[in-house]
Amino acid sequence: MGDQPGTIVARFEMTVELGKVREFARATQATHPHLVDAEAPPITPTFLMSAALWQPPDAPQPYEALGMELERLLHGEQEFEFFGPPPGVGRRLAVEVLIESIVEKRGRRGGVMRVGRIVTNFVDETGTLVARSRTTAIETEAL
Amino acid sequence: MTLQRGATLPSRTFGPISRTDIVRYQGASGDFNPIHHDEPFAQAAGFPTVFSVGMLQAGYLAAYCVDLLGPENVRRFRVRFHDQVWPGDVLTCSGSIADVEEPADGAGVLISLDLRVEREPGDVVASGSAVFAAASVRTAATSSA
Repeated sequence: MGDQPGTIVARFEMTVELGKVREFARATQATHPHLVDAEAPPITPTFLMSAALWQPPDAPQPYEALGMELERLLHGEQEFEFFGPPPGVGRRLAVEVLIESIVEKRGRRGGVMRVGRIVTNFVDETGTLVARSRTTAIETEAL
Repeated sequence: MTLQRGATLPSRTFGPISRTDIVRYQGASGDFNPIHHDEPFAQAAGFPTVFSVGMLQAGYLAAYCVDLLGPENVRRFRVRFHDQVWPGDVLTCSGSIADVEEPADGAGVLISLDLRVEREPGDVVASGSAVFAAASVRTAATSSA
């Protein structure tokens, strides 16, 4: 079984770096001149996924904290909220990853599937919550 | 580009998706789940081959709308995954204006979008929504790449 709702999975810091913002924009084919040409571009919404790179290696991955098996793991939904313009290059963000909920559901084949929600909060140098992401992970029924 | 309720946004096509596109995204994001690049691992898990990271097509959908309405204007982006995307798939991102609100605080406009990613017309692999904030509808309409 995984951890309970409210459990903090990981706490760490990340810096929004120019090379990574450009690499991410290129990988997702974002072409807006404010992203590609500006010296301090804002991030694109899904860039926040790269927070995973800053997580300490000994901290559990969110699916591990949910107690889910990698082979049965599906990404159901993903949401990003920004409480103002998205943070730009040079910002240092405190990141907190926590379990929001985990529920069991009856699957189509009569087995048990589980739906877990992970919330990640991003707080800037002034202590302001600037962004929040929410991942819905699904562990499909065991075969 | 017309930004009023019900208006359709110009669509944009991505792909065919290559294994290199998938690996490039995995490197950029740090999500190295082997099911997206390791053929024996994917087959052992019961899949015919590797498949795309959901967040790659979600990233295309986010790129699609921030390129249209300005990366500094986005306030919310949400995506739901419906089906796997395979190497060779061609994806079309499209969207429409669900709502245009002018909050009473006079701070500008909030533009809500309905979004989707289709492999073929009607074959929706991901759907989503987004909210953009701008000083005015005209400002948002001229934020396009």
